[in-house]
Amino acid sequence: MSTPNDPSAPAAPPKPIRLAPIVTLDAKFFWDGADKGEFLGEQCADCNKLRFPPRPMCPHCHSVKRNEVKLSGRGTVYTWIQPRHPAPFGFKEPPIVATIELEEGYRLVSNLYDIALEDVKQGMPVEVFFAPTMGNHQVPVFRPRAK
Amino acid sequence: MARTFREAAIAGIGATEFSKASGRSELQLAAECSKAALDDAGIHPSDVDGMITFTIDNSDEIGLCRCLGVKDLAYTARIPGGGAAAVATIYQAMALVNAGLCNTVLVWRAMNERSQYRFGQPHTQNLGPQAGNGTGSLLWCMPFGAQTPATWESLAAQRYMQQYGVTNEDLGRVAVAQRKYAATNPAAWFYGKPITLEEHQSSKWIVEPILRLLDCCQESDGGVAIVITSLERAKDLRQKPVRIVGACQSIPYNVEVISNYYHADLSMMPEAEGTAKRLYAQTGMKPTDMQAAMIYDAFTPQVLKQMEGFGFCKRGEAKDFVKSGQIDIDGILPVNTHGGLIGEAYIHGMNSIAEGVRQVRGTAVNQVKKVERVLVSSGMAGAIFEKV
Repeated sequence: MSTPNDPSAPAAPPKPIRLAPIVTLDAKFFWDGADKGEFLGEQCADCNKLRFPPRPMCPHCHSVKRNEVKLSGRGTVYTWIQPRHPAPFGFKEPPIVATIELEEGYRLVSNLYDIALEDVKQGMPVEVFFAPTMGNHQVPVFRPRAK
Repeated sequence: MARTFREAAIAGIGATEFSKASGRSELQLAAECSKAALDDAGIHPSDVDGMITFTIDNSDEIGLCRCLGVKDLAYTARIPGGGAAAVATIYQAMALVNAGLCNTVLVWRAMNERSQYRFGQPHTQNLGPQAGNGTGSLLWCMPFGAQTPATWESLAAQRYMQQYGVTNEDLGRVAVAQRKYAATNPAAWFYGKPITLEEHQSSKWIVEPILRLLDCCQESDGGVAIVITSLERAKDLRQKPVRIVGACQSIPYNVEVISNYYHADLSMMPEAEGTAKRLYAQTGMKPTDMQAAMIYDAFTPQVLKQMEGFGFCKRGEAKDFVKSGQIDIDGILPVNTHGGLIGEAYIHGMNSIAEGVRQVRGTAVNQVKKVERVLVSSGMAGAIFEKV
């Protein structure tokens, strides 16, 4: 399985077919960050707790003040699957879809690259990189990293 | 109407045929199943004064009222959460009757979910950020290729399977048991078509390595309606009344319907455990008080997880319960005796509620002996039906 931004790819790579993210006002910071290659989290500006999915109010202290913080981009694989039928929209080959447990303590859904389905293990360390989508956007995806 | 507490009962059930191409509008299916349920109860359609369906049902209340000739509607509501909240329609209908706000509540769900659209095909934009569906986080799945209910289910089910050593073959035994029930149910799409475990194991992967084709519910056209009234009134109506002993819902913090990856431990179902706890507290009952259960089976792992969530088995033990035949007709707890959404039809859980009613009435095709009580669950909501 190849990396989507593999440097050995031809000079004029095919246009990305992956769906662009659905951007809501409360999560715009996340996708704007991804477009710049930054993996961002949302943190309460008053009690400093992180939260995901993004939302306008902290469920702990109810503050609406929030900071964007850079995340480590490191995590571990929690669950992983390969959709076979019907073929998912936006992929030439079915991707590995995974829930990733981030070092910062929450999960998100993403893709795993540079590994075969049968080689994925629960708790496997992974790191973030970015894959292009339609409409010139990027989304965070993951690949194995050394422990 | 006096605002005094009244016990609630199910007085009527009705359905259209279950097919892959109904050949008529969803509103017509809604009208036909509603009329059938009211006829079953012996209530004139004009007497309906409360109406409840799912947020995602496409039939308009007023449109359905105009078909049935409803003369004065007192209350309407729609329940979010898709099939996971199917039983919450019963919960709300019960509450309306209990509170003395309505006398005849019609619950319906009608869909051309095979001929007109298919839940099993990739969803891309439409399901994401819409409020009222209970699926707001799906937008965090779409760009990554998790675009179908089977993929969303699998991402959580795998954690359960890893934790307790559940294999795809264990899931297959659920499908085999349910298809056996469907095979003797003339209303089922898979009537006369049982499957073997070998056939299950050789069916294609839908989501590798979790769900095969035969682990998935059907896509169906059809409609199901249920009529709820007071127990006192139901005693004078056409059918033996089915008492709603209790019904409730539970949506714990950080849980949602299907893009449900953000709570602490995906190997368990906080919503099922929460519903069970609330339901047993409300009714003073326990799992061993039930003689059968109808459990929302969009996919086979749901049956195992909910059986554990409702306390019929300890965590991780449902697979052995199924393997030893305990969900079969002569087992400890027959489950989905109509064939479920896998074997009978996928009418978003409502056909399983109707089967719970038939079991209590004693009129099911695959009738369980000596039924006093049946538990119906849709994962996030549950109810107990009792013989009067």
